[in-house]
Amino acid sequence: MPTDAVKPGRASLFYDPKIRGYVYQIVLLAVVAFLIWSAASNAIENLRAQKIASGFGFWHNAAGFDVNQKLIPFSAAASTYGQAFWVGLLNTLLVASIGIVLSTFLGFFVGVARLSSNWVLAKLAMIYVEVIRNLPLLLQLFFWYNAVLKPLPDARNSIALPGSIFLNNRGLILPNPQFGPAFQAVVIAFFVAVVVAFVFYRWSKTQQARTGTQYPNGLITLALILGVPLLVFFFAGSPLSFELPQQGRFNLTGGLQIFPEFVALLIGLTTYTAGFIAEVVRAGILAVSKGQTEAAHALGLRPGPTLKLVVIPQAMRVIIPPLTSNYLNLTKNSSLAVAIGYPDLVQVFTGTVLNQTGQAVEVVAITMAVYLTISLVTSLFMNIYNQRMALVER
Amino acid sequence: MKSFVTAAIAAAISVCAASSVQAQTNTLAQVKNRGILHCGSGTGLAGFGLPDAQGNWTGLDVDLCRAVAAAIFNDPNKVKFIPLSAKDRFTSLQSGEVDLLSRTTTWTMSRDTSLGLNFAGVNYYDGQGFMVRKKLGVDSVLKLAGASICTQQGTTTELNLADYFRANNLKYEVVAFASNTETVKAYESGRCDAFTTDASGLYAERLTLSAPADHIVLPEIISKEPLGPVVRHGDDLWLDIVKWTHFAMLNAEELGVSKANVDEMLKSPNPEIKRLLGTEGKYGEAIGLTNDWAYRIVKLVGNYGEVFEKNVGAGSLLKIARGQNALWTKGGLQYAPPIR
Repeated sequence: MPTDAVKPGRASLFYDPKIRGYVYQIVLLAVVAFLIWSAASNAIENLRAQKIASGFGFWHNAAGFDVNQKLIPFSAAASTYGQAFWVGLLNTLLVASIGIVLSTFLGFFVGVARLSSNWVLAKLAMIYVEVIRNLPLLLQLFFWYNAVLKPLPDARNSIALPGSIFLNNRGLILPNPQFGPAFQAVVIAFFVAVVVAFVFYRWSKTQQARTGTQYPNGLITLALILGVPLLVFFFAGSPLSFELPQQGRFNLTGGLQIFPEFVALLIGLTTYTAGFIAEVVRAGILAVSKGQTEAAHALGLRPGPTLKLVVIPQAMRVIIPPLTSNYLNLTKNSSLAVAIGYPDLVQVFTGTVLNQTGQAVEVVAITMAVYLTISLVTSLFMNIYNQRMALVER
Repeated sequence: MKSFVTAAIAAAISVCAASSVQAQTNTLAQVKNRGILHCGSGTGLAGFGLPDAQGNWTGLDVDLCRAVAAAIFNDPNKVKFIPLSAKDRFTSLQSGEVDLLSRTTTWTMSRDTSLGLNFAGVNYYDGQGFMVRKKLGVDSVLKLAGASICTQQGTTTELNLADYFRANNLKYEVVAFASNTETVKAYESGRCDAFTTDASGLYAERLTLSAPADHIVLPEIISKEPLGPVVRHGDDLWLDIVKWTHFAMLNAEELGVSKANVDEMLKSPNPEIKRLLGTEGKYGEAIGLTNDWAYRIVKLVGNYGEVFEKNVGAGSLLKIARGQNALWTKGGLQYAPPIR
C-alpha cells in the first residue's frame, strides 16, 4: 500500500482529464488536417486526370466581358479576371454596408413601434414583421425589382427632376460630381471637424459629470461637422463641378447612374433584414424588467428619455449578438443579387469568371474565403462593441 | 468524445479509399448499370429543349439525348433530363452529375482544351444576333451605340458582345442575368433596348413575348456559334458513342433512311445503308453497342432532317430555314464521315 502513495503522479498523467483533453484535441486536429489535405490532393489529382486547368494563373488573364456597375475602372478591353473579382467584391460590400445601416434604422423603428401604446402603429408594425419574415427573400427581390422597374418610364421619356436629375427604367441619373484638386482640403477639414467634435463631446461629458452643466452636444457637433468643411470649401474657391446627364439616342449619357438592380436589391435586403431586426429589438426591450421603467418613471423621467437612457442601454446587451447574425445574413443574402442582374461578387466572379475560366475549385474557394472573412470581420467588430456595451460592474 | 474520434478516423479512412477508386471512368458501363441516361439540358428553350405541361421534353438537343438512349437501351425514354443554367452546365458535366451535355453549347477552343471536356460534333450551326423593339427604329447593330443590352452571364454571347462593341468603338451598357428567363423578362419590361443571344434562341424567345410582332431580329450575325453535345474528357468510347449517334442521324438523312421507311430499308442492297443499319459489318460492336444501334436511333427518334423539321423547322412554331444546317449535299455545312 505505501508504494501506491509514492507514484500517484505517474498514474494521473494518463488519467489526468486536462492532459487527455489536450491529446484528444491534438488527435482531432491531426484528423481534420489530414481530411483537408486528402480532399485537396484528391481534387488536384482528379483535375489533372480530367485535364482541367488548375492554379491561379487565370487571375491575370484578360477578362473580355463588361460589367455595368463598377466602383473601380473596369473594361472588357483592358481588365483582368482579378480586377473583375474586385469589381464584384466592392459591389457586394457597397450593398451590404448600406443595407446594414438602413436595416438597423428601419428595424429599430419597427421593433419599438411594435411595442408602442399607439394601437394602429403597433398593429402596422406587427403586419410588417409577419409579412416580411414569412416570404422568401428571392420572391421579395423579384417583387422589388419589378416594382422598381414597372412604374418608371423608358429612357426616352425620363422623368426630369429639379437639379438635372433624371429617373427612368435604366435608373436614377444624377449629376456626376467632379472634384477639383483643392477638394482634398475639404476632406481633411471634415476629418479634423470629426476629431474636434469627438474631443468636445468627451470634454462636455466630464464637465457634466463634474459640475452637472449640460451642453448642447448635438447642435455643436452638427455645426462642427457641417460648418467647418463648408467654410473650407468656400475659401478654397468651390473646387467642385458637375457633369450633367445629356439625352442620347437611347439613354442619358454622362452623369452618375444608380441602377435599378442596385435599388431593388437594397430595398429587398433592407426590408427583409429589418423584419428580423425588429423582432430582435422587441425581444431585447421586453427582456428589460418592467421595474426598470417604473423606477425611471418614479424618478420623474419622461417616456422618451426613459427609453433612451434606461431601457435601450440594457436591451442592447440582449440585442447585439442576434443583431450580429442578422448583419451576417444580410451580407450573405446579397448573393441572391444574381437573380436580378446586380453584379455582386457571386454574379461577376462565381458566375461569369468561373464560367469563362472553368476553374470551379479555385473560384469557389476564393469566394468562400471572402464571405468567411467578411463574416469574421463583422463578428469581430460586433464583439468589440458588445464588450463595450456589456454591463460594467463597479 | 472517444466515439467521435473513432468516427472521425473511420471517415478519414473511407475518404482515402474513395479517392483511390476514382481512376478510370467508364461512362457507358455506368449508364447501363444505372439503366437511365443523365442528360444535361437547358432550362427551357423552345425548339431545342423544353418540357411541356406533362414534363415531356422536346427539342433538337433533347432528341440527341433520346437518340443516344435509343442506341444504348432501345428505348428513347430512358433519359433523365437535368435542366442546367449556362453557368452551371460545365461544372455539372465535370463532376459527373450528367453523362452528356446537350444544350445549345458553343464549341470554343478554351472549353475544348482547358475545361476537361470534349465536343462530340455540331448539331446546329448558329450565330449571335440581336433583338430590339420595332418602335426604336433601329435596323442595324451598329446603330445601338449607347444602348443598354440584356444578356445571359457565363455565355460566349457575353464575350462576343464585348468584342463586337469594342471593335466597332460603340459604347453600351450590359445587364447580365443568371437565367435566360430573367434576361428575357428584363428585356420585355424595358430594362434593356436590346436582347442578345444565338439567333435560334432569339426566334424561340420571341415567341414567348407578349407581342412577338413588336420585336425584330437585326440582320447582323456577329459570331460563329457551332452548338453541339459535350462529354467529359478521358472516356474515348463514350465520346465515340455520342459522336457517332449524331453522325448516324446525318448519314441516315443523306441515304434517305427515315423513321417511316427504316424497316423497308433493312432489305436495301445499298452497302452504305447495310453498314448503317447493321445488316453488314460489326460497326455497332466497335462502340460497345449492338449492331442495330443506328437502326434503333432512326426507328425510335428519326434522322437529322426529320428531327430538325419537327423541332425547329417547318413543322414547328419556330420555322427556321435549314440554311447552313442543310446537308453538305444541299449546300449546307452538315457533313458526317462515312460508316465503313
